[in-house]
Formats: sequence, structure tokens, C-alpha cells
Amino acid sequence: MRPFNASLLSLRARIPGLGTSTCPLYTSTRRFAQVANVQDIPTEDDKPFTVPIADTSFETYHFDPPTYSVKTTKSQLKQLFRDMTTIRRMELTADGLYKQRKIRGFCHLSIGQEAVSVGIEHAITREDKLITAYRSHGNTLMRGGTIKSILGELLGRRDGIAHGKGGSMHMYAKSFFGGNGIVGTSVPLGTGIAFAQQYDQTGNITVNLYGDGAANQGQVHEAFNMAKLWNLPVIFGCENNKYGMGTSVERASASTEYYKRGQYIPGLKVDGMDVLAVLAAMRHGREWVKAGKGPLVYEYATYRFAGHSMSDPGTAYRTREELQTERSNDPISNLKSKLIDWGIMTEDEARAVDKEVRGMVSREVEAAEQMPVPEPRWDVLFEDIYVPGSEPDQRRGRTVDETVY
Amino acid sequence: MAAPRLFRPATRLLSSRLASSPLRPAFAKSCAPSFVRARGYASESGTKEVTVRDALNEALAEELEINQKTFILGEEVAQYNGAYKVTRGLLDRFGPKRVIDTPITEAGFCGLAVGAALAGLHPICEFMTFNFAMQAIDQIINSAAKTHYMSGGIQPCNVTFRGPNGFAAGVAAQHSQDYSAWYGSIPGLKVVSPWSSEDAKGLLKAAIRDPNPVVVLENELMYGQAFPMSEAAQKSDFVLPIGKAKIERPGKDLTIVSLSRCVGQSLTAASELKQKYGVDAEVINLRSIKPLDVETIIASLKKTGRLMVVESGYPMFGVSSEILALSMEYGFDYLTAPAVRVTGAEVPTPYAHGLENMAFPQEDTIVNQAAKLLRL
Repeated sequence: MRPFNASLLSLRARIPGLGTSTCPLYTSTRRFAQVANVQDIPTEDDKPFTVPIADTSFETYHFDPPTYSVKTTKSQLKQLFRDMTTIRRMELTADGLYKQRKIRGFCHLSIGQEAVSVGIEHAITREDKLITAYRSHGNTLMRGGTIKSILGELLGRRDGIAHGKGGSMHMYAKSFFGGNGIVGTSVPLGTGIAFAQQYDQTGNITVNLYGDGAANQGQVHEAFNMAKLWNLPVIFGCENNKYGMGTSVERASASTEYYKRGQYIPGLKVDGMDVLAVLAAMRHGREWVKAGKGPLVYEYATYRFAGHSMSDPGTAYRTREELQTERSNDPISNLKSKLIDWGIMTEDEARAVDKEVRGMVSREVEAAEQMPVPEPRWDVLFEDIYVPGSEPDQRRGRTVDETVY
Repeated sequence: MAAPRLFRPATRLLSSRLASSPLRPAFAKSCAPSFVRARGYASESGTKEVTVRDALNEALAEELEINQKTFILGEEVAQYNGAYKVTRGLLDRFGPKRVIDTPITEAGFCGLAVGAALAGLHPICEFMTFNFAMQAIDQIINSAAKTHYMSGGIQPCNVTFRGPNGFAAGVAAQHSQDYSAWYGSIPGLKVVSPWSSEDAKGLLKAAIRDPNPVVVLENELMYGQAFPMSEAAQKSDFVLPIGKAKIERPGKDLTIVSLSRCVGQSLTAASELKQKYGVDAEVINLRSIKPLDVETIIASLKKTGRLMVVESGYPMFGVSSEILALSMEYGFDYLTAPAVRVTGAEVPTPYAHGLENMAFPQEDTIVNQAAKLLRL
């Protein structure tokens, strides 16, 4: 931590934009990964090759950036496209179900932010852990939840991923700790998960996601302190979609450079609209953390195309021009045009993937709508408050007559 | 994970990974050691005087010894040996991996403990006092207590929160509050409140072993008090069942339900009632606030026909309010007089000694209220 102080000034001098309020990643034209030499792309689907990443993809804080390239395969590139398309389609379906009044309560969509959850998942393993806040559908899918179990949960069905008990913000899977509804609280939880990994010497890492709004919560900084103090294997990841609900980052944060907010923790700002940049950054960070070098604070510069939640049209606090500009950075269409440019997919193949995903999601939503709702029985209502076998003798209903013994 | 759950909860019990391993003694109702029920009020041979502090220390040491997933963290628990010396010697014995000093950062380290529990460890999270846990209560309630339910039963959280609760001597308002009612109202939590050394050891061990989040509300004023501890309770397999109250003093004329330090005051008051008026008061030590042993309370009420609850928490919406309400629901026809309560006064705890005494039940407060209830 000490050597960093000495190098801070020189870092600022070397990297234009560092320490100033203008963020290159938020300029209207982002540069995406380019393939320098198209002939180098192998014909085989599984043969690795290297794709360069735009030199504006990263900004560093006491941290060496990843190499501006990422090793991948044609099949992985196609899978990245398919995964992002699937999340988008699933979220749009949820949007439709909500508008049909089939989904209740809160529903926060990640349309526009797909590159973050997909890029992360492709860089980590199922033994690595992940926790996030309430915008969690995409992460749940990437961690192994099925589309029908996620949509089933949104519909409040018995066979939903949390059996209709959690809803939009509370979904869990192996190595996935939710889905947390209270802004900021998941960050100490994720730090504890990393603590357990260190305690059990698993050699794995925890990806600890939160939003730009949560970044100002005191307990985020409490978690930073302990993570660095105890050298925990955690990557804090601030998904900066520029608005905490309807409050822009500039109106909420004295410093909007979230990757520097770890102060004594090295940081990296990543173009969160470029799935390949996210992939490269996460692989790099994972190796760093796994090597026992301590935590990192990442910031994914991204954008939420939809409103904060379903009740927010998302237009009162941002301009039409801003939305249009950001939409031109759509992570999915950008990756698609690259893949087509590079000859990895044809336009027709891309359309076919899209069509296939649409069909698949609509079959899943059909299956979800077929799922039974939880039976309105006391044993169903009261199950799982406590671990089976350790329940209290009685649980009280609304009246004394409804008490279950 | 999304398998049909048509046959729950019976099949759940069979298939549950937790239930498939032998049930821990703390939960199997039939496993409540018979000596717990049979034992009288400290007179057996082989008993030893043990302070509440040492009983808690013993419980921690024994559980750290047998369960590698257990560790304790909190402010000053390691090198300083605990602000109240409850963790004395544990660092030397178990090392810094298992006994961890945290920064002063309640929301942070409490959240970290809960996260570690979600990831499969069995943390013991010490709050220097529960007054400080207010900074972390969101993690206790929203993250620890609710997650198992919200996840549809796939994400347990075996964490124990412990520390002194209630008022201490002369520390004024911010350090003198009873949180029994706060935590006792939350589904998903279990809450225990020991009075004696046996309570302290048996309940803390049960809390650590329980697969749910458990809040252990100790009492600073009790730490230094010595109680006789039976031979059985001195053993490392001694565990008390959570959810069972203990009749500390049998009686036929009046039921006094109490918890924590007020149990001792109630016992003294009961002796005085006997001496002064020849009245036999039954004193029930709740031990567990959630789940509450309604059965024992109501059975006693049915026997005596009169109920008084004694606690040091605020009067409004408190433990005693709840027990009085339960007595209406389950025992109204058996009450021969309105049930009454003796509680802390509705005031932030004052500093000056005389005023502090007025803010909490004293033995004569209990005696006088009982005499009034019994029309003596």
C-alpha cells in the first residue's frame, strides 16, 4: 500500500484523464475491440486466438492494466453474444409480464448492462462466488439459474428459483448469494464470503457487485477496510450505470471515480459496455487476487437503458440525447457487428441466434406460466423460516386460531 | 433447485442435507438431557461455583474445540481478551485464525460474519454491547434472519450474535438498553437470554450449534456473579434446548415470568413474599425469548391463576406485553386477577444512581406489585 503513494503522481502524469473529472469512458463514441489482422482468426471453433481491446477500455488506480487483448475462441465469442442476447430477451420478457400485471412489486431490469454479468461469468469458475444487489436477474441466469425458474420466481410460482418466496431481488444458486434488496448491505456479506474462502483456503475468489448508488454507503467502506486489512480474495465491482435510482452520480458522489474509492486498494475502471474488456479485466483481476495480492476495486462503466424499476420510465432525469447516445453503445449490437466484421458470424447467423433465443425464452416463459402457484396452506407459508429440523414448536398466524403447532 | 415441491415439508426433512446428519442434541426435543429437568436448585454433589463469565468462556472454548468451522470475531476479543473478558485466553488457545480482533466497524464486521455464515462457516459475532449492534441491526435482520426464507430454504445462515444486553451500572442512556423485544419480534431469528451460569453455558452452546441465526443476549451485570454448576453442566456435552423455559422456583399462588438478571430479583422477591405473606410464587426463567415457551407459562398460569411478568426492558411493546397478550389468548379463563407487568420505566436511562434505580425494577417493586396483585 505504501509504494502506491509514491507512484501516484507519476501515474497521474502518465495517464491522461486520471484524476480529472472528465471520464474518457463516457465520451459519446466508445471504441470497441478491433481485430488487427482478420486473417489470424482460426477456422476451428475451439482454437484460441487473441483479440485486441480498445486502448480506452481501462483506467487504472495503483494497478497495472490488463493487456489490451484477450485470448478467446470463436465458440466463446459466439457464446458471449448468445448469453447477452438471452439476458436481454429474458429481461424484455419480464418487462412484458410486468406490464401485463403478472409480476408484482419491484422488478429491476439490467437491459444495457448485460456485458458486465456475462463478461464476469466467462472469466470466473463456478467455484468462485458472486453476490450482487437487487438488479440480479442476469447474474442469476449466468450463475446457473434457468430462465423458467427465474421467470417462475418473478411470477411468484412454487417452482420458481426461490419457490415463490423471494421474488425479483432474492434469487440464489450455487456460488451465488443473491439478489440483496438493501442497498450496500451485500458488500460486507460478499467480504464475508471471501473471508470464508480464505478461512477454508479454497484458492477461489468472490466477485462482490454493487451499484454506484451503494458506493456511498458507509458499510461499503467498512468492507474495503477489512478486505485490505486481512488481504481477502475479493474483487469489489461497482456497476456504475450513472444513476442511483434517479440521482445522477454527479449529484450523489463527491468523487465519481468509483475505482479509486478504495483509496488503499488498487482499482480499475473497465468499459462495461464491452464484454471483451470486462472478460479481460476479470481474468486479470482474478489472477491477481488468487495470487494473494489482496482485494481490488473495479468499476464497470455501463448504462441502464430501462428505468430504475418498472415504475420509472427513466426519462425525468436524463435527456433524450443522452439515451440515444448511450443506445449507440449497446453492448449486444456492438459485439454483433464486430463478430460480423471479423467473419466469425454472418448477419444471418446472428439473426438466427436471436430468433433461437426468442423461441427458447418464449418456451421458458410458457413453462413458467404453467408452474403452480404456492398452495395457500400454513405449512407452505411457514416453511423455511428456520432450517428443517430446528423449527420452533409453534408459528403464529394472524389469529390465535391460525397458529401452527 | 426448482424441483417440484409437492410433497413438502415431509420429504424435505428426509432429503435435507442438514436433517440427514444426526440431529444435534439442541434440537431434538427428546434429547433435552433429563438432568436438566430433574435437577433442583443447585444442591447436588459435584457442583462447582462458576461465574457467568467463565461459563460463557467455557462454552466458547468447547465449541471452538469441536467445530473447526466456528470462529469468534469482534472488537477486542483477541489480544485484549475481551472488553468484559468473556473471551479470555481464547487467542492463546486457538490462535488468530479463530479468534479475530475486528476494527470498530459494526455494520461491516457483522455483515462479514453473516456473509461467512452464508458461505458455510459458523461464526460467533461478538458485539461489545448490543447497544452497538444497532449499527448492524440491518445485517442481523435483513441479511441473517430472512435469507433462509427468501431463498426458499437453499441458503442457511448459521451465525451466533452475542454480547451484553440491557442496562449496566452508571453508563447512562446510550449504553443501557434492552433489545429482547427488538430481536424477539423477528421471524427467522432465535433469541436466548441466560441468567445463571448453567443458562449461559448451555444456551450459548445451543446457539452456536443451531443452524439458524441466534442472538444471545447476555447481561453485563451478571458476568461476575457465581452460580453453582452441576457436574453434568461442567461437561463439554452440556447443551440446553432453545425454546424451553425453566421453573426456577415452584409455587402455587402466583406465576412470575422473568428473564436475564430479573430472574434473580424475582427469586429474591419470591422468598420475601413467602416470608412476609406466606405466599408461594412460582418463578419461571424464560431462558429463550424466541421461540417463547408458551406452554410452560400457560401451564403455570393455569395452576396459579395469577400472572406477573418482570423485565427490565421498556414497557411499551415489550416482552412482558407479549406474554400478557398470550395469557389473554391462552389463559384468560384461568386468570383470577388481571395479569400485570413490572418493567423498566419509559425513560432513556439516567446517569445518577438514584434516578437509575427508579428506571428499573427493584426487588421491592416486584414484591409490592405482587402483593397488590394478590390483594395482600
